[in-house]
Amino acid sequence: MVKWTDFERATIQDIFSKIDYEVVGPAAFSRCLIVYPWTQRYFGGFGNLYNAAAITSNPKVAAHGKVVIVGLEKAVKNMDDIKTTYKDLSVLHSEKLQVDPDNFNLLADCLTVVVAGQMGAAFTPEVHAAFQKFLAVVVASLRKQYY
Amino acid sequence: MVEWTDAERKAITTLWGMIDVGEIGPQALTRLLVVYPWTQRHFGSFGNLSTYAAIVGNAKVANHGKTVMGGLETAVKNLDNIKNAYAKLSAMHSDKLHVDPDNFRTLAECISVVVAAKFGPSVFTPGFQEAWQKFLAVVVSALGRQYH
Repeated sequence: MVKWTDFERATIQDIFSKIDYEVVGPAAFSRCLIVYPWTQRYFGGFGNLYNAAAITSNPKVAAHGKVVIVGLEKAVKNMDDIKTTYKDLSVLHSEKLQVDPDNFNLLADCLTVVVAGQMGAAFTPEVHAAFQKFLAVVVASLRKQYY
Repeated sequence: MVEWTDAERKAITTLWGMIDVGEIGPQALTRLLVVYPWTQRHFGSFGNLSTYAAIVGNAKVANHGKTVMGGLETAVKNLDNIKNAYAKLSAMHSDKLHVDPDNFRTLAECISVVVAAKFGPSVFTPGFQEAWQKFLAVVVSALGRQYH
């Protein structure tokens, strides 16, 4: 089981209470599609993803970005058992969506960049380390049911 | 050879013009040592790295952060030939310093996070992020090139 220090728990709760899901989810997801363009392959049904402007204004991208960040909330609320919390989601991503799990790290990177941009100086190295650890646990849990 | 669009060149040189290597460099290296603690193994001679406060206050870390960040200038000035520009530095990191090249990618990530935190999303737009991360990816690749 993952061990969290009090600081780490408090930091994760704090970050997620402060960020605006409507902004951060879509921003992180659209950055992923822009900065790592091969990830667009999973979203053929989303319409125009031709350039950065199209992606950032695409309503399906925004909606899906929000779905993803709301999905992260489950981990925030179940920090002591993220692995079990994400069991079904992991199976879904493996068997139905067939997403290469390396992409989870890319999205986690974009999320870190967006949160850093929002928090500025408040995103200290210590806060960054806690956030990174949290995302690493989420990514590992999403990978867990792959075979 | 790497192909840069005009927009990417502009983004990279714009960001570079805004970056103070003495400010961003130390922050990026500090984050590397804090967020990815195994990287501390390369800096045994830097003195006290045993706590978060120690790393943040360590003058050798700050100095070295500045050196590393300043080294990026070579790439900015040689966008069309980064591989050759870093050939010697790559050989040094491989033969003399014995740095695992995965760490270059990790440091590049830390640099991007610091830049994002410093300038916010109105400057570090998705387009700028794409160009900047592509730039760093090319640098990372060039630094790993002479490894054997």
